[in-house]
Amino acid sequence: MHLPPVPLSWYLILSAILFALGAAGFVYRKSVITVFMSIELMLNAVNLSFVTFSYQLRQIDGHIYSFFVMVVAAAEAAVGLAIILTIFKNRGTLQIDEVDSMKL
Amino acid sequence: MDTILFIVFATVAVVCAFNLVFQTHPISSALSLIGVMGSLAVLYLLLGAEFIAMAQVIVYGGAVMVLFIFVIMLLNAGTEKASSKSWFAQIAGLPLLLAFVAVLAFLIRSALPGALAVPTRAVEFGSWVGGSAEEIGKLLFTQYLLPFEVISILILIAILGAVVLAQKEID
Repeated sequence: MHLPPVPLSWYLILSAILFALGAAGFVYRKSVITVFMSIELMLNAVNLSFVTFSYQLRQIDGHIYSFFVMVVAAAEAAVGLAIILTIFKNRGTLQIDEVDSMKL
Repeated sequence: MDTILFIVFATVAVVCAFNLVFQTHPISSALSLIGVMGSLAVLYLLLGAEFIAMAQVIVYGGAVMVLFIFVIMLLNAGTEKASSKSWFAQIAGLPLLLAFVAVLAFLIRSALPGALAVPTRAVEFGSWVGGSAEEIGKLLFTQYLLPFEVISILILIAILGAVVLAQKEID
């Protein structure tokens, strides 16, 4: 059985679906940790786009950008999780709508 | 073969991403995120990005997710409570979202009229392997040397920030 090769647009559509799901989770979820994981999902979706365009253009610059995104995401995860720890120590909650001191 | 691989792993990625958004327990979400990252690593391999695929498994699937699960376990994060949504969001949320997406799509289509006419390549495994560690390393240490050095400083600052934030004693 010989299947036709995958068009490049399928990868972009997959990337768009993952990004949309990440954005939906970002606004829909109430747990700080899950919101943070949704951000990671969006970053992953963008990485897939970078690598796909890199394949289309036959240049590996997209891989480099994708690598930089990965490094920034790792740094962001370290700092973000430290902030979550501090919030939990101060407030005793992980629900984002209970952290509302700055709300009028 | 790569069509089957793409379909299988794209399905796994989308199902895991849905699971991430709709599970109420953070551990289930974290495990789904690992599934997404693993299947994305396979898709990177299909696109000829060997180095990125390995970095994805090591950095994301390994380091970042271990950090996440460690924090979830440490804080003993339970199921999140459903909170009341405002009546405006409940009624007008979906129509406004659809209208926004439609306007955005229209604007992008009218701003880039020829975008859909560009011929795209079909992805065939092995037809282009540009993303080996050798190629990436050459580019990273010549053309992208300055960003590479800057990002190492960023990581240093992030480590310091994480240590300072996490050790802070309250009261």
